[in-house]
Amino acid sequence: MHPLLTRRSYLGAYLAVWIPLGCLLVFLVKVSGGIGTLEATVLLAPMAVLFAAACLSAWYTCRATPLRTSGIARLFVTHLLAAFVLSFLWAQIGRLYAHAVSSSPSFQGLDVRYDAHSAILVVSGVLLYLVNVGFFYVLIALEASRAAEARVLETSVFARDAELKALKAQVNPHFLFNSLNSISALTSSDPSKAREMCILLADFLRMTLGLGEKSSIPLSEELSLLHRFLAIEKVRFGSRLQMTEEIPEDCKTMLIPPLLLQPLVENAVTHGIANLPDGGSLRLAAQCQNGRLSILVENSFDAEATPNRRTGMGLQNVRQRLEARYEKSASMRVTADAATFQVSLSLPAESQEVRS
Amino acid sequence: MNAAPERKIGTLIVDDEELARQVLRELLAAHPEMQILAECANGFEAVKAVAEHKPDLLFLDVQMPKLSGFDVLELIDRDIAVIFVTAYDQYAMKAFEVHAVDYLLKPIGRERFEAALERAKDRIGEKLPSVEQLVTAARPPQQFLERIVVRDGTRVTLIPVAKLDYVEAQDDYVALAAHGAKHLKQQTIASVEAGLDPARFVRIHRSYIVNFERVVRIEPYGKDSRLAILGDGTRLPVSRTGYARLKALLDDRQ
Repeated sequence: MHPLLTRRSYLGAYLAVWIPLGCLLVFLVKVSGGIGTLEATVLLAPMAVLFAAACLSAWYTCRATPLRTSGIARLFVTHLLAAFVLSFLWAQIGRLYAHAVSSSPSFQGLDVRYDAHSAILVVSGVLLYLVNVGFFYVLIALEASRAAEARVLETSVFARDAELKALKAQVNPHFLFNSLNSISALTSSDPSKAREMCILLADFLRMTLGLGEKSSIPLSEELSLLHRFLAIEKVRFGSRLQMTEEIPEDCKTMLIPPLLLQPLVENAVTHGIANLPDGGSLRLAAQCQNGRLSILVENSFDAEATPNRRTGMGLQNVRQRLEARYEKSASMRVTADAATFQVSLSLPAESQEVRS
Repeated sequence: MNAAPERKIGTLIVDDEELARQVLRELLAAHPEMQILAECANGFEAVKAVAEHKPDLLFLDVQMPKLSGFDVLELIDRDIAVIFVTAYDQYAMKAFEVHAVDYLLKPIGRERFEAALERAKDRIGEKLPSVEQLVTAARPPQQFLERIVVRDGTRVTLIPVAKLDYVEAQDDYVALAAHGAKHLKQQTIASVEAGLDPARFVRIHRSYIVNFERVVRIEPYGKDSRLAILGDGTRLPVSRTGYARLKALLDDRQ
């Protein structure tokens, strides 16, 4: 939609600008001689309004020939042609008008004297039209930048939203209640183990709450959260849960968004290993190479087990957070065969020193 | 009906976590009239142990690998008293309340346990409320079955619904045809239909539900009816309303 036609206040401002332009036309015509101020005003006031309206069409021509993609030749030809055609038609309409006005006794012979000025009108028409073209290009650029700004704002709101959702989803009620059940079982059979598990659970909850507030943390911190989570799950699942970890020391200082891996590891346990009557293994691996940090979470799983909605949501959450944070410079790949489920992440390697 | 004091109440504990079984074992230890016949770490073991030990009461965890507590419930005789045990499952908890089935929430407190046990003792020998309704109610809304469990003696078969060709009603049973084999299950065809995704399965006849993707063509047969021909050559009768449903689904897909 035309920006000036959709908002009345804008259209008013636009027409107001045409008042001095009209005066300028009157001045030009009067200076070139043969026509009085009154005659020029009567002649040019309606013509200025008409041309102001006609020039609104330049917006459509500008939209159709974007500055960036259209060649210079095309720009020149399009706008000059439009300017000449419009100005010529305008001057012709002016002639008809002058002819009509000249029938009144006070403006006798105006039509003859008008002809001498039609060239000036055509030239000033062309110039005015071109000024409008410039104005509309500026307007289009402004609109585009405003839209871009809105998009940026939208993405950042979306990113924050995803982040919040991810954080809220952190403490799975199943995990919490099952852990409490394990603790309650241990209180009679192995009180010191029960105490140890209480502390693990408290640490896990405290870290989950604390880490959520930071924007990035070293991998080592995330790992210590995961170790607590896995230690708790290990008490529940016993020998059904086997773990291996291959993370080189130099990767541990790399920064990642907090709680990025936690949902992946939780998925691996609750939807991978928990579905296997005889249990399975979980492998955590990382690598830093060529400015990239790659992280792998791999677990045994049963491809035939019912796909769970929560898994999909957890993975989608991680994907969204990566996209929101790194845009296209991070990636996540999920692969599954009959017995193994793999999630691999690749993100820009940022170390603590660089950040601070 | 209370069990006579000299006859112990046979109990099974079914939970995939050892510590969870331990809690129940301890709580039951205070009741000399209760006898733990076996402990099972998954649903398959549970179905087998039920057939073997004929227990009066079952403590049944809901969340277990492969066969959930609900799957087990579908596969055992309905005159065994069942107390469900779950950590957190909003749909299951609601279903238990609606259908008045006893359940315990983890961690399990002694008082709550005693109350559930008393109620269960009173109910031993009574038939469970309709299992089908309970299982349907425990499923999250808008979620259809992904697989069907069938028991033949002590052997349990899981049939993923994608492998299901058609379902045929046979008196009190349904025959589930998958990969050329037929599995019998004691269930009504209507309740099978209710659990299946209507975008994939169509009730083409009073006695038949077909997997839409298996239908190769439909031939006229007699005055008002038709035959659906499946990929393996099976011919199934299609009633007039069944044909209308098939056509509606076909239109939806195009």
